[in-house]
Amino acid sequence: MSATQTRIALRNCGVIDPESINDYIATDGYDALAKCVFELKPEEVVDVIKKSGLRGRGGAGFPTGIKWETAMKTPSDVKYVLCNADEGDPGAFMDRSVLEGDPHCVLEAMAICGYAIGASQGIIYVRAEYPLAVKRLQIAIDQAKDLALLGDNIMGSDFSFNLRLYLGAGAFVCGEETSLMNSVQGGRGEPRIKPPFPAVAGLWGKPTNINNVETYANVAAIIRNGWEWFRSFGTEKSPGTKVFALAGKVNNVGLVEVPMGTPLRTIIEDIGGGIRNNRRFKAVQTGGPSGGCIPAEHLDTPIDYESLTSLGSMMGSGGMIVMDEDDCMVNIAKFYLTFTAEESCGKCSPCRIGNQRLLEILTRITSGEGEDKDLSELDELGNIIKDTALCGLGQSSPNPAISTLRFFKSEYIAHVRDKKCPAGACIKLVGFKVLPEKCTGCTVCARNCPVKCISGKPKQVHSIDQAKCIKCGACMEKCRFKAIVRG
Amino acid sequence: MAQEALEAAGSYPEIDAFYDSLPDKNGALIPVLHKAQEVYGYLPKDVQLYIARKLEIPASKVFGVATFYSLFNLEKKGDYRVNVCLGTACFVRGSEGVLAEFEKELGVARTETTSDGTFTIGSIRCVGACGLAPVVMVNDKVYGRVTPDDVKHIVDEYLGKGGE
Repeated sequence: MSATQTRIALRNCGVIDPESINDYIATDGYDALAKCVFELKPEEVVDVIKKSGLRGRGGAGFPTGIKWETAMKTPSDVKYVLCNADEGDPGAFMDRSVLEGDPHCVLEAMAICGYAIGASQGIIYVRAEYPLAVKRLQIAIDQAKDLALLGDNIMGSDFSFNLRLYLGAGAFVCGEETSLMNSVQGGRGEPRIKPPFPAVAGLWGKPTNINNVETYANVAAIIRNGWEWFRSFGTEKSPGTKVFALAGKVNNVGLVEVPMGTPLRTIIEDIGGGIRNNRRFKAVQTGGPSGGCIPAEHLDTPIDYESLTSLGSMMGSGGMIVMDEDDCMVNIAKFYLTFTAEESCGKCSPCRIGNQRLLEILTRITSGEGEDKDLSELDELGNIIKDTALCGLGQSSPNPAISTLRFFKSEYIAHVRDKKCPAGACIKLVGFKVLPEKCTGCTVCARNCPVKCISGKPKQVHSIDQAKCIKCGACMEKCRFKAIVRG
Repeated sequence: MAQEALEAAGSYPEIDAFYDSLPDKNGALIPVLHKAQEVYGYLPKDVQLYIARKLEIPASKVFGVATFYSLFNLEKKGDYRVNVCLGTACFVRGSEGVLAEFEKELGVARTETTSDGTFTIGSIRCVGACGLAPVVMVNDKVYGRVTPDDVKHIVDEYLGKGGE
């Protein structure tokens, strides 16, 4: 799409036939696994990953090498390698793309990890909502077993590694690693307190390394090309690239892989082709329901884990939703809180009750019933939830509300004091009016109005009594001449 | 014996066969529930109780897991399950209006089934097809860039087809 993109995680997507292991092998696939098994000691593999500076691509950005090292050093008869393919963030689809476009790169990386930490079993936890990914992963596993690239005595060596799939069942919280492990054990996907970290006591209490799909997608390339090569991309603290799922109100939607440190503006304006329909950019939401909204004045921020966090957002899995002037930021915050309040597992009260209260405040504000004190309460309660919730879901769920309050306070004030929605999105705060030049006096609106607040003679311009109007929008919907608009 | 007769007798051979075929019985509950729903369309109480006995776990655990995950249904759904995506990308491109149009066209609200058992309206969270936003799924078929004007055409496509 553009010269500014650099493909590491997506190197094979769209290039090879994902259902052919020979295609993958022809692009040096499984070379890295062979190099590890026959040339490197487990600690040398861990060392390469550590030196590469690879960080978790699922959200928090924890150094991958440290996870591997901890799991390697924890003695145990059984260890597990888990892959988090429960891509639940609405608006993120990079993991789906890797699983469907290059499933073998995930299998190879998991086998490498198994060799490094001393595990012989791996499980890929994949969303049941991704049937094609499930199918292609299963094909890939079967093919790799046939060629002794997975299973017992891989490539004739002493190393054995078996891999299977485990299907999720539709719970956002299962993207949190301890919830995911509870789910694999057949229970409700509820998180638990850390420590102990999974690398010490994970699945069935055994040391478990768990990484996200995109993290694994980088591993074989790092082993093959060396950690120095990987560090030549990105920034000092966040080496490599990141895949973003660009969606919303931009001209070019789709996946984008850029070096860390690329400014948001490059992604949205150069690669994304700017805003659709010549509208004005208002904000970009990163990190899904855990992230925040970043306004235009911060578009030149180079993206890495730290810069996004300092803006009250986060990297998250890399969803990037662009919003224009028609999107109401209070309504967007309410949308995310509706999501997190529904997806809260209910185990800890800050998340279960707190998010519900946040949602109620936001609902009041968007309905025109907000008061000044709601704004300070929103901020205070949001920060309490962040500090006290049990897992990553709860700790980050207030971010959409807190960040919009920080950057778009004037919109909140307009809702609360003037009872107006500047973007015209909150239906209870907008009125409807008749455009005299378009009204033909057909009387359809007046006949459909449930409170009979529209008056006018046939073939003459009609008018709406704003005092009686209940803002149901029936008139606008029924008008065949587009003569009724919000305003 | 016909399937109905087997069920009446409290026998679920598909569940037995599936469970017996699992190499690792640890954590089998969710795969078994997936299988049961695939066979029976939903998870009625009798099936949940049977699974509890089969796996030798409390029925409360089966119920707890079945209600925790949104993909498991405890009630029978319509032949055609209309799911409107309410993920972020679809939301900012107007999926709420599409959902409202389906509710109007079919005369039932979200999560409800039409009285003839043909359609159930629901919502889903992101199928990862954000480039096609807003997205609607009818069973496994995906419709992209849906506008409220398309809703009637989509419904008509399934009317007159009869049940599956």
